[in-house]
Amino acid sequence: MNAPSPIDARVERAWAALACVDDPEIPGLSVVDLGVIRFVEPHADGSLKVGLSPTYTGCPATEVIGTLVEHALAAAEVGSFQVKRVLAPAWTSDWITAEGRRKLGLYGIMPPEHSSSSLHGRAVTCPRCQSTDTETVSEFGSTPCKALHRCRACLEPFEYFKCI
Amino acid sequence: MNADLYRYVLRLGDTSLVLGQRLGEWVGHAPALEEDLGLANIALDLIGQARLLLGYAGQIENRGRTEDELAFLREPGEYFNLRLVEQPNGDFGTTIVRQVLADAYQLEMYERLLTSADEHLAAVACKAVKETRYHLRYSGGWLVRLGDGTPESHRRVQSALNQLWPYTVELFVEDEVDRAMVDRGIAPRLADVQRQWNSRMDALLAEATLVRPGERPYTWFGKHGQHSEHFGYLLAEMQYLQRAYPGARW
Repeated sequence: MNAPSPIDARVERAWAALACVDDPEIPGLSVVDLGVIRFVEPHADGSLKVGLSPTYTGCPATEVIGTLVEHALAAAEVGSFQVKRVLAPAWTSDWITAEGRRKLGLYGIMPPEHSSSSLHGRAVTCPRCQSTDTETVSEFGSTPCKALHRCRACLEPFEYFKCI
Repeated sequence: MNADLYRYVLRLGDTSLVLGQRLGEWVGHAPALEEDLGLANIALDLIGQARLLLGYAGQIENRGRTEDELAFLREPGEYFNLRLVEQPNGDFGTTIVRQVLADAYQLEMYERLLTSADEHLAAVACKAVKETRYHLRYSGGWLVRLGDGTPESHRRVQSALNQLWPYTVELFVEDEVDRAMVDRGIAPRLADVQRQWNSRMDALLAEATLVRPGERPYTWFGKHGQHSEHFGYLLAEMQYLQRAYPGARW
């Protein structure tokens, strides 16, 4: 095996650093888990280009995430880099990783259950008792990415990560 | 600078900005906490879309104006939002009617802008179309609940519909800016948008047991910078900080 070239090592260090940047609203869920880091690639001028997508255009966390990403990359000493905002193709909840879905569940937020193409999905499962006897309380929640639901079986309210 | 494109992007951006500002007025005043959150979330999406569009308008204008300068330092006549979206909130039913009319329009617009020859607009549409679909699900759901609700809720939304309907004329009247954009493959034909908007609206109104108001001529257009008397008050509130403390930053 060849030793990784310096540029590959930088890309690897960048991904490792990004995996430690948490979403400011959902502690424990990294920006990599959330699927908002689109690419980390070397550019012809020797710098790293990092693509970052907003979950929602008006999400106030987007700017905080941008700053956290820049700090993490600088601290990881990946050399010169540029964080680029990527709008298209638009971020979709389908891009939350399996690990990300697991972490959301642990945090008490039901991860998106259906593909983003089926907005009018079936019933949402309660993250606490796994019952599907649940109802929507509000299409919107405490952050742009979540909706409010209630479980009719265990009577607990819970948050659901919207399919978009 | 491409004056037509600049004007066109301002129309889209100003419409989102002003509607977002109106919805923001509900924060702390909505009939229930869930609706407070819902309206605030929609406002946030709209202001996010406005930021992308006004930022782009600033680039087209190429005079170094930022999204903030465009939002906070223009005079009423320099805004080109649809007159519909600047109308006062009224009661919750009036806000819902205004929202349905605007959401359905924005959805048809963004769905077509996905294939715009202007890459930047296509990218914004790609993001905004999903958010707008969600907005319409909310506003349309409330329209049906209120229209097909109690006699009082029905009476109120029907009256709001009659009052706001004339402002929809402007949505579909193509002027020279619209035509220039259509010719360059940047914007959709408003006749196509109107056809789809009509059929979506007829279905929604039928489900909500509401009567579609008759068409009346209306010729004062926000997209030409002609605004209603309510608009100055809206701007006074929105622009207060930058007017009182020029250049203030967070």
